[in-house]
Amino acid sequence: MLGLLTHYPLLTALTALLCLGMVFGALLGFASVKFRTEGNPLAEQINTLLPQTQCGQCGHPGCRPYAQSIADGGAINKCPPGGQETIDALANLLDIESQPLDAEHGVEKESRVAFIREDECIGCTKCIQACPVDAILGAAKLMHTVIADECTGCDLCVEPCPVDCIDMVVRKAGIAHWSWPMPASPEHTNIIATDKEAA
Amino acid sequence: MLSDYALLLVGAVLVNNFVLVQFLGLCPFMGVSNKLETAMGMSAATTFVLTLASVCSYLTYNYLLEPLGLTYLRTISFILVIAVVVQFTEIVVRKSSPLLHRVLGVYLPLITTNCAVLGVALLNINKAHSFTQSLFYGFGAALGFSLVLVLFAAMRERLTVADVPEPFQGAAIGMITAGLASLAFMGFSGLV
Amino acid sequence: MNSVHTIHGGIHPREEKQLSRPGQVIDAGLPHELILPLSQHIGAPAEPIVSVGDHVKGGQRLAEDQGAVSAAVHAPTSGHITAIDMQPVPHPSGLTNVCIRLTPDHADEWLVLQGLADYRSEAPDTVIAHIRAAGISGLGGAGFPTATKLLARERSAIHTLIINGTECEPYITADDTLMQVAAEQIVAGAEILAHILGAETILYGVEDNKPAALKAMREALAASDDALGQQQVVSFPTKYPSGGEKQLIEILTGEQVPSGGLPADLGIVCQNPGTAVAVRDAVIDGKPLTDRLVTVTGRAVSHASNYRVRLGTPIAHLLALAGFTPGSRQRLIHGGPMMGFALETDAVPVVKTTNCVLAPTQEELPAPPPAQACIRCGLCAEACPASLLPQQLYWYARAKDQEQLEKHHLFDCIECGACSWVCPSSIPLVQYYRAAKSHIVETRDDKQRAERSKGRFEARQERVEREAAERERKRAERKATAQQKAAASEADDPVQAAIARTKARKEQAAQTKDAS
Repeated sequence: MLGLLTHYPLLTALTALLCLGMVFGALLGFASVKFRTEGNPLAEQINTLLPQTQCGQCGHPGCRPYAQSIADGGAINKCPPGGQETIDALANLLDIESQPLDAEHGVEKESRVAFIREDECIGCTKCIQACPVDAILGAAKLMHTVIADECTGCDLCVEPCPVDCIDMVVRKAGIAHWSWPMPASPEHTNIIATDKEAA
Repeated sequence: MLSDYALLLVGAVLVNNFVLVQFLGLCPFMGVSNKLETAMGMSAATTFVLTLASVCSYLTYNYLLEPLGLTYLRTISFILVIAVVVQFTEIVVRKSSPLLHRVLGVYLPLITTNCAVLGVALLNINKAHSFTQSLFYGFGAALGFSLVLVLFAAMRERLTVADVPEPFQGAAIGMITAGLASLAFMGFSGLV
Repeated sequence: MNSVHTIHGGIHPREEKQLSRPGQVIDAGLPHELILPLSQHIGAPAEPIVSVGDHVKGGQRLAEDQGAVSAAVHAPTSGHITAIDMQPVPHPSGLTNVCIRLTPDHADEWLVLQGLADYRSEAPDTVIAHIRAAGISGLGGAGFPTATKLLARERSAIHTLIINGTECEPYITADDTLMQVAAEQIVAGAEILAHILGAETILYGVEDNKPAALKAMREALAASDDALGQQQVVSFPTKYPSGGEKQLIEILTGEQVPSGGLPADLGIVCQNPGTAVAVRDAVIDGKPLTDRLVTVTGRAVSHASNYRVRLGTPIAHLLALAGFTPGSRQRLIHGGPMMGFALETDAVPVVKTTNCVLAPTQEELPAPPPAQACIRCGLCAEACPASLLPQQLYWYARAKDQEQLEKHHLFDCIECGACSWVCPSSIPLVQYYRAAKSHIVETRDDKQRAERSKGRFEARQERVEREAAERERKRAERKATAQQKAAASEADDPVQAAIARTKARKEQAAQTKDAS
């Protein structure tokens, strides 16, 4: 055997490489079995970043299915209620480039609340069945009303209403909701003499 | 004796820094240095891989290739060794820290193509290092790589929020910064 | 307690205190209408308990405090309630808020006021209830309801009460004047507060640019019997912003309030001297909070001074008294030049937190030059009294990096404006921090709401599944019983019985036919 090998150096080389490969292959195979892991917690982490409006504007029936699709490699820019901030946060989590919101799925709007015009409500419970977070109070043939604090503004209740008595109103802005605006950045640094105030 | 190893270490970390002086391993250097968190994870993984690969390649060369007169196969067998070590590291990392595994993502297998790792293995042969010397050299190279990667990542994080003119934003200012850092490290020449 | 410490940073702007003649008080009298916002304090707005058309007496409660962090509103004089509607209020937004409008009848009739005969014999909770009933909130700055602040004694052992007579902001001399004219009342109020809190030490912190106030306070202290133990008037070098509560604590005691913590965590409570006087009036005289000292100053007024003003007095009334002559692009500032905000209209009323109305001329306080790029000089970090890194906060606020902002302790910023003051590029740094803070708070709120919605959604999914499973189970049950029935009693099956009968009859008929 050894004689054969010394006679044909090419054979030696191939045998050596083959042996090396087999040893390493065995090592890796052993390691992959011993250090096996299960599960994919990534989808859950993505879900916590989504706004939980369960509106379906992304094309998935809720936020968790969309989170799962992102974990499987789907696009991150399909969520209008989350807006650009959510897209940036997702990009940060997954360590990929941020993208602008996909206009096909909707545009970023200020948050709204559903409001039922009680004079017109017929008590059919269709909106109650449609609400993904059970934010509508009521029962069959009795008045329905939206619990404003729980409403996420997903507007899934507007479609099913047979008398079209649900409005989406912008959340009230008053002194309590006012916040300091960010000052404009000094984009231009070329200040000319007449820009300065007279001393 | 110990001072020899110390000199070897200082040489590998500062004087002949693998990234900024010898210009090896620039891909992960530019690719992973966007965030400090990722950079630290990458440094840890590369240190583990480099040290192990340095030792394994030494053993492969001296106990398999050289006795059989197959030294011309060193490049391909070193690559084989490195690929296996990286794969092994990935499996271990995925098991021990899923968070780190997610943070590193695709960069972990990219260590295989990191020329610094192959460079260390081949340089060990060139310099005819002993086993301990190979070990220290590999570890020193990894330490130097980690040092520079972490420093650069910290700088790049600050550059992201700074007022950089538009044509320079992103990789361009990163390259300029790397060049300036390289100039700084040239100041170490003549230290050992 | 003799030695004073120094705080990091700080600045020395022009003081301009002599302009408003500290030590002199002019009564502002009654305007033609008083506008009382329901929200003059931090926390929930008060709820009105009077209606339009009611006649009220001075000191009568007009609105109840709501919840733990809230304060009541009282009538500053007798008159009629003419409206409860949205009026412009002193707020940086320039927006309106709900106010009770009162037209004085100039008879100034008051309710019979009843104080506590001997507060020392009462339980602290009783005295606190009395203070709450008087609608007292902090007169020094933010306006935190005093009764709620005093409840800190329940959570931590309080050993020191600090009366904050620093008044470090330029132009303002309201506290200086109060200390000169009402030193005994301040001491009496401080003693009441210390009794409630169980504090053994009272420190009166006064900057050294107020020699007359220091003299008056020391004399008042000497005259009092100091039954509590240690009381001391401490003077320290003038520097802005030594009057910040955390900064004053560091100066007087050398201790720093931990990041994100409260002075009560160190066993210290701070109060403004005006609040101390209000507490004394409430506890001893039974008088609710209905007026305060306001400094009206600036070179656009001819008679700058300190005025005793009823709450709800429109600023226009004060300005007229002080001889206001508006210049071009005249600014009206509520508060001081560092931490005050500009008012859109002079129709806004004086509220519990109005310590100063500043009407500067253009030469006196010119508009800030346009902001330029940050040159990374680091002067802001040198000036910051909270030892923060304003330059880093600036970059991260611009980049909207919330994680880094919190790491750099954005919420420890007291918004004093020292960093903006020193910035050579005139960058309005404090505006960036304010915007960043509200943005972070908004994001936290949104996250909380999203968590809640997620919980409700999951609960709903569970409910729907449960109902479906229930229906399925019932259906299966019904099917099982039906099958059982069919298998067990096929003979009882009416359809089968009918068929059997018809068959039998047919057979019989056939048989009969055969027979015949």
